[in-house]
Amino acid sequence: MLNAPTIFIASLLYLGLLFAVAWWGDKRADQGRSIIANPTIYALSMAVYCTTWTFYGSVGRAAVSGIGFLPIYLGPTLIMALGWFLLLKMIRTAKANRITSIADFISSRYGKSHLLGGLVTVIAVVGIIPYIALQLKAVSGSVILLLNYPQIVMPGRSTALPVFADMSFYIAMILAAFTIVFGTRHLDATERHEGMVAAIALESSVKLVAFLAVGLYVTYGVYDGFADIFQRVAVEESLRKLTVAIPSGHGYTGWFSLTLLAGLAILFLPRQFQVAVVENVNESHLKRAAWLFPLYLLLINIFVLPIAFGGLLHFSGEAVDADTFVLTLPMAHRQEGLTLLVFIGGLSAATGMVIVETIALSTMVCNDLVMPILLRWRGAELAESKDLSQLLLGIRRGAIVVILLLGYLYFRLAGEAYALVAIGLISFAAVAQFAPAMIGGMYWRGGTRGGALAGLSAGFLVWAYTLLLPSFAKSGWLAADFLTQGPFGLNLLRPQQLFGLTGLDEIPHCLFWSFFANIGAYVAFSVMRPPSAVEASQATLFVDALKHTRPVGAALWRGRAEVADLLQLVGRFLGPERAKSAFTAYARRKGGDAEDSPEADAELVHFAESLLAGAIGSASARVMVASVAKEEPLSLSEVMNILDEASQLRSYSRQLERKSRELEAATSDLKGANERLKELDRVKDDIMSSVTHELRTPLTSIRAFSELLRDDPKMHLPDREKFLSLIVSETERLARLVNQTLDLAKIESGNADWRGTQLDLKEVIEQSVAATSQLFSAKGGRIELDLPEGLPLILADRDRLIQVMLNLLSNAVKFLPAESGWVKVSLRTRTEGLEVSVIDNGPGIGVDDQQIIFEKFRQVGDSMTDKPAGTGLGLPISRRIVEHFGGRLWVESVLGEGAVFRFFLPFARPDNSMENAPL
Amino acid sequence: MTKKVLIADDEQNIVISLDFLLRREGFDVLVAADGEEALAKARSERPDLVLLDVMMPKMNGFDVCQALRADPELASMRVLMLTAKGRDTEVTKGLGLGADAYMTKPFSTKELVAQVRSLLGM
Amino acid sequence: MPDRKLIGERLIATFLGGCLLFNYPVLSLFDRGADLFGIPLIYAYIFAAWAGLIAIMAFFIEHPIE
Repeated sequence: MLNAPTIFIASLLYLGLLFAVAWWGDKRADQGRSIIANPTIYALSMAVYCTTWTFYGSVGRAAVSGIGFLPIYLGPTLIMALGWFLLLKMIRTAKANRITSIADFISSRYGKSHLLGGLVTVIAVVGIIPYIALQLKAVSGSVILLLNYPQIVMPGRSTALPVFADMSFYIAMILAAFTIVFGTRHLDATERHEGMVAAIALESSVKLVAFLAVGLYVTYGVYDGFADIFQRVAVEESLRKLTVAIPSGHGYTGWFSLTLLAGLAILFLPRQFQVAVVENVNESHLKRAAWLFPLYLLLINIFVLPIAFGGLLHFSGEAVDADTFVLTLPMAHRQEGLTLLVFIGGLSAATGMVIVETIALSTMVCNDLVMPILLRWRGAELAESKDLSQLLLGIRRGAIVVILLLGYLYFRLAGEAYALVAIGLISFAAVAQFAPAMIGGMYWRGGTRGGALAGLSAGFLVWAYTLLLPSFAKSGWLAADFLTQGPFGLNLLRPQQLFGLTGLDEIPHCLFWSFFANIGAYVAFSVMRPPSAVEASQATLFVDALKHTRPVGAALWRGRAEVADLLQLVGRFLGPERAKSAFTAYARRKGGDAEDSPEADAELVHFAESLLAGAIGSASARVMVASVAKEEPLSLSEVMNILDEASQLRSYSRQLERKSRELEAATSDLKGANERLKELDRVKDDIMSSVTHELRTPLTSIRAFSELLRDDPKMHLPDREKFLSLIVSETERLARLVNQTLDLAKIESGNADWRGTQLDLKEVIEQSVAATSQLFSAKGGRIELDLPEGLPLILADRDRLIQVMLNLLSNAVKFLPAESGWVKVSLRTRTEGLEVSVIDNGPGIGVDDQQIIFEKFRQVGDSMTDKPAGTGLGLPISRRIVEHFGGRLWVESVLGEGAVFRFFLPFARPDNSMENAPL
Repeated sequence: MTKKVLIADDEQNIVISLDFLLRREGFDVLVAADGEEALAKARSERPDLVLLDVMMPKMNGFDVCQALRADPELASMRVLMLTAKGRDTEVTKGLGLGADAYMTKPFSTKELVAQVRSLLGM
Repeated sequence: MPDRKLIGERLIATFLGGCLLFNYPVLSLFDRGADLFGIPLIYAYIFAAWAGLIAIMAFFIEHPIE
């Protein structure tokens, strides 16, 4: 049943399914209903990290070194804990600057440098080619194994065959075609491929399921669980060392190096950058992916060791490559369905990697390698072309084919000499060279283009010398004594014992020397000179990526450009239709009449540049925009000023927000104050009118009497005397009124002259009573005193207090019934001070009037006979005096039953004597 | 025939002076110390003219004036308002309510007498 | 809104802790050929520590302090 047609049809069906999923994902994305906008899909797409290296190679590695395969997965797990910062920053930066590849990222960071972008692309392509070769090797190996089923025949050296008879070649071409259909259907400004991500997520699920299935089968189907397998291994002398995992000595160095390498790879492998950064839909997905992706890694590794040991036990003594155990174990047990599932799982692992990696690489090759060269050499011709989007797609498609052919070539040249994992590690070490420029670029403003160029070049050369060339030498394409004797017999330059460094495996050895050269050159060249204006501005965009809520890019451009020119330019690369709709959408987003103005502002220029950057890379986009816009270059100090302004603006805007909140509060306060002022103004008007009234009334009498006297010189003497005495009393009333009005005004304005002294209240009362005794006897009233001896002192102004007492006493007298009236004055101690009561048996005051009598110019009188002779200011003044010394003045009365006026004053205390007694 | 004048004011001294003045000029004088009393006396005594203070207890001059004017039987009664508040609005209000004339305190006794005479057509 | 900064600090702590757990000399403590229920100690240790690390990360991320 498991024969060539079955395998072929199953593979085609599977690839067809992937394509259907991708087509569906793209369609949904076009409709705006993304199927990948969820953190689990995002985490699964990150699992494109697990290639055939993981699927087949981990078991092979485990069969040689025990748990030595694990650092490749522990490194990413640890880095994902930092993904919260690192990946978030990369995502923010990439989105803000429309960065579509790691080459673009580095080029953009160091001043949109073509040279740097090209160098990164070369390193990536050269570094990744062995990795692609690894996939070809694994897939073609698995196909050959299956074709020979039920025999287990190790694939021979395919290099013996001519290219056109070699299945690997056809697999490479099928993968190329598949990738072209997948990834370059159309050109998008953001280089996002939703359909591809959906397919990758599906593939990640398939490979996990397949691997878990074979793991469960081997562990629990063939053997009796983990413990059983480990115990069987423990009794085999040759295998026991594998359970004592890490070789002593420099084993831990190797372990650490691999952990570090894998941690860097998860960030900087072009395909990881593609899925984690470029294809990220929503940065919040990072949260769940930060633990879900490590969980995926854990799951896919649980059964590696059992399968490896199972294979070693089963094929003991047979010539079966441990890299094939995942497939050969089910084959050996005649599990056809499982075998096919495993094959499909391996196919998933390979196709996923190849598709994403080559798409990422082809974008880099197109944007950072071919376009700059075309722009330089054929710029004039390009400028005439109306629509370059087909050219761009053509370049990318070509790049995909070339990359896969190079992968095939490496496989032919060197593939046979290495195990899967060893090939992959060569690639890991290559992409690790991006780490200094990337991490330095994100966190260190001082890194410059020169530093990045020097560091990357140095690291890449050391990598090629210590890892790539030896891989050729081991395959026989270079003389073997290149390894053992060094080039030209120079012992010190032996590539894997460089400068006599021995005791390290090839990977730690390469890592040490390449990082030594890379970091050293990066730092040394960076600190040699200050960053240029464009480097400084880009550095700020990248280093402060998490601080900017809005990109400041537009602020750093100054010049003139026409909207029509920009539209035409963008149209050439994206197609006129897409460009037009992008500009329209932009104008709509901006609002206003941006569309109508022929002159483009800095923001529109920036927008156009970022559209182009998505399609042709940031460095080329800058060159293209410069060709239609007259940019006035900014000097470093101007850039610094703008950036300072930008950061100042941020703090200003925060201050402004706070200020505006304060202002709002102040405004509502002011509104309230204004209302109160209006009220006060009205009150003041009333008072003015009251004062006028109170002044005019006595004046009226005085004038009338004076005129009567003047006009009638023969007036009777009694009338004359009566009128004259009335004039005098009205004059006195007038004087009193004027004095009290001034007095009250002084108290209210705070200009009154207060003398705070410690007083014996009893003495003050006695003095006031003595002063009013005349009034009482005139009206035939009695006055009773109830003043205990030896009460504590209070703090007040003696004269003012006498004024209060006189006012209360004269008020009382005024309303006393003739002959039967009495007034009682008592003094009592309260907890906090003294209370004085002036009690009378007058008519009393109605509840309604009890407030009114304390208002200015308000008197309560009954009839002409009862009309009080007061001014209406005595009680308001008295109340204010008492309140000034911290007390209270109030009335208790029932109409018809007399009235009680009381005031309370606090005891004199040392601590309030100063406060209440200004000099 | 002697004309009858009602003085309505709560200020005792003003009442004394007006009483003296008008008697000297030959009028019959009646006195009221608040608004209600003024209205009652105006109805019962039918004076020819009322000297009406605005600020009075119980019922102010405006209300009294309005009540007088609302009574058709008192239509011929003249009303001269006196006020210590000399604002234009008060003058307008008083005249609007049907007062025949308006004088601001303090006033000249001669002018007052002249005004009273002219209102009474003397 | 959860305190992102504190999540960040916790994750950095997790990273540093993980670096210690998965390197010399902590690893060497478990690398001595003993076994746990028939499973080599080092193998059991690494997977247990790995799972623990993931659980801690998940907990920190999914249960931010309010």
